[in-house]
Amino acid sequence: MAETPNLERKMQRTAFACVGIVVGMVGLAYASVPLYDLFCKVTGFGGTPIVRDENGSEVMDRIISVRFDSNVAPGLNWRFSPEKPEVKVKLGETTTVYYKVTNAGDRPSTGIATYNVQPDLAGTYFSKLECFCFTEQTLQPGETLESAVVFYVDPRLVQDPDVKDLTSITLSYTYFPSKGGKPVAEATSSTKPIAQ
Amino acid sequence: MAHAADAAHADHHDHLPTFWRRWFYSTNHKDIGTLYLIFGFTAGIVGGLLSVAMRLELQEPGLQYFSNPQAFNVFVTGHGLIMVFFMVMPTLIGGFGNWFIPLMIGAPDMAFPRMNNISFWLTVSAFGLMLCSLFVEGAPGSLGFGGGWTVYPPLSTAGHPGPALDFGILALHLAGAASILGAINFITTILNMRAPGMTLHKMPLFAWAMLVTAFLLLLSLPVLAGAITMLLTDRNFGTTFFEPSGGGDPVLYQHLFWFFGHPEVYIMILPAFGIVSHIISTFSKKPIFGYLGMAYAMVAIGVVGFVVWAHHMYTVGLSLQTQAYFVFATMVIAVPTGVKIFSWIATMWGGSIRFTAAMQWAVGFVFLFTVGGVTGVVLANAPIDRYMHDTYYVVAHFHYVLSLGAVFVIFAGIYYWFPKITGYIMPDWIGRLHFWVAFIGANVLFFPMHFLGLSGMPRRYADYPDAFAGWNLVSSIGAYIFFAGLFIFMFGVVYAFVRKEKAADNPWGEGATTLEWTLSSPPPYHQFETLPRVIDTGH
Repeated sequence: MAETPNLERKMQRTAFACVGIVVGMVGLAYASVPLYDLFCKVTGFGGTPIVRDENGSEVMDRIISVRFDSNVAPGLNWRFSPEKPEVKVKLGETTTVYYKVTNAGDRPSTGIATYNVQPDLAGTYFSKLECFCFTEQTLQPGETLESAVVFYVDPRLVQDPDVKDLTSITLSYTYFPSKGGKPVAEATSSTKPIAQ
Repeated sequence: MAHAADAAHADHHDHLPTFWRRWFYSTNHKDIGTLYLIFGFTAGIVGGLLSVAMRLELQEPGLQYFSNPQAFNVFVTGHGLIMVFFMVMPTLIGGFGNWFIPLMIGAPDMAFPRMNNISFWLTVSAFGLMLCSLFVEGAPGSLGFGGGWTVYPPLSTAGHPGPALDFGILALHLAGAASILGAINFITTILNMRAPGMTLHKMPLFAWAMLVTAFLLLLSLPVLAGAITMLLTDRNFGTTFFEPSGGGDPVLYQHLFWFFGHPEVYIMILPAFGIVSHIISTFSKKPIFGYLGMAYAMVAIGVVGFVVWAHHMYTVGLSLQTQAYFVFATMVIAVPTGVKIFSWIATMWGGSIRFTAAMQWAVGFVFLFTVGGVTGVVLANAPIDRYMHDTYYVVAHFHYVLSLGAVFVIFAGIYYWFPKITGYIMPDWIGRLHFWVAFIGANVLFFPMHFLGLSGMPRRYADYPDAFAGWNLVSSIGAYIFFAGLFIFMFGVVYAFVRKEKAADNPWGEGATTLEWTLSSPPPYHQFETLPRVIDTGH
């Protein structure tokens, strides 16, 4: 091919620009993980409850029921339940609810809790002052632990056309076996007797 | 020895290397294009056989051929991935793109011929990995990955502990790398190697289509690569990108996937738009109507294609405003697409139309793509999509735009360029017969799926209630007709090679104005030793 050095330089420049775009897009794909997480925490998108330091809002007369749901993922032999299935609260009123978790197995095991709010769009208004989540908990056989959730429902809910007529919000907690540690291996090996 | 012989013939114009060197070390854009076309056809047969097996199973309610419904899901997944990554993309982009982009813009070859060779063999290796994935364990106790071509977690992270999906992910990595290298090659070629006098605004529409497609590949494929790498590390190395127990979110995967997935559907159809423009212009003996509008409509489709991805996920719990935005943005795409459809019709209007095989396939494409476009506008509405989501209506929609859109243009392009690629004439009646068999078969196959979807039949199941039996039988019969059409095509290719009727440089007459028709058929091994000079002829 009869290429002038000039054309060769131009072609190299184009190719390098293209490689730059590719590297940049891979970077953006990975950057989207913390950005999405941050976005969910700030906006309550996808039912992520918002964690706040204090309740600065006024209490309104509007009553909304908050239901509590608790789950244990397979592989963890725990009992997990809220002290009551539902409370009726005023918007803006700070409320404390206890969850009780017991290790029903015969070995110590470690779990980790995550939470979510339904409907998703109410996540923005479900504000938590204190909660148990994303911290590993190790329970001895038969040990019981009480954990508190302190929350209020933000009164600005009534101004949001998407959710202003909402009568109930569900807070759902799930305990997963902690990943990568010994407890998971034990939990999976303990399924053998069931198969026999 | 070989070196000495090469050196001796170095300046010989049309010296061909030995068979092994020519086809396995190939750096010649025409040879690589031919390899891609053969590869794409082979992969298409594999993917097509998978779909025929699916239609056999769905012909009647109950399980007849698949003992295990999971195996059916593996077939669905394999069909989707093979058709997207190993049939449509290699044929339209690798095959026609490599063959005709350098010829149309008056360049001697692609910008990076060796990279072109790497792209092709990476694609072949990827296909090998994809086939391996079908034969290793996926879900416990069954072979292959059965979670659909979208590979959504948690089914892909928790539901398939076997290595099948790991093979699939690596296959996608290789195919993606091949496409990215190919895209860099096309962009560099088109931006730097056009013949003197050919400005961007005088470039043939197929070159425009490939330029936009290459940019879409460059921007979207790395996002897919990132997403499936996260999936891979979630599966094997304990990361929790999409794993709720570690604070991850499976919905994030859907966002990342569809940020790639939606531009991907335009990657598959834009080259087709370019090819159809040339065919309709050639056989109407008129320059394409509204050339600039056609070119920039493709650019607009490409740009807007990046901001509509969440219309694939209306049901994940987006807020009303978000859904409203995606409904609106999606409908905007109908505008540039409409510009293209009406410009094709306006090109034919008042033209001296010859319904050759290629023209019949192209006009068939315009009609069928419009049908698929209309159901697309229906599905763009979030409230309707809630009802239709994951039903056969969606299957009908995307097969009308891809199976009947992209695939019809692949055949249109083959029948149009067959004399140029091989140097032989294929009798026109073969292409026309193939068209009518395929047109009837494809409509019998896919039109009833609208009814099935409207009455609520969900996709990706091996079985269904008796109420859906009638239309499923009709649809299966259509599949067999469509598949039978492929034998007419294969007969035509063999017949043309046996008959050896030599093709003229330009067998289509004065309507065919692009540069490839100024060369011999087939073109010399190295073309344009003196670059053609483009003078303003209008389009």
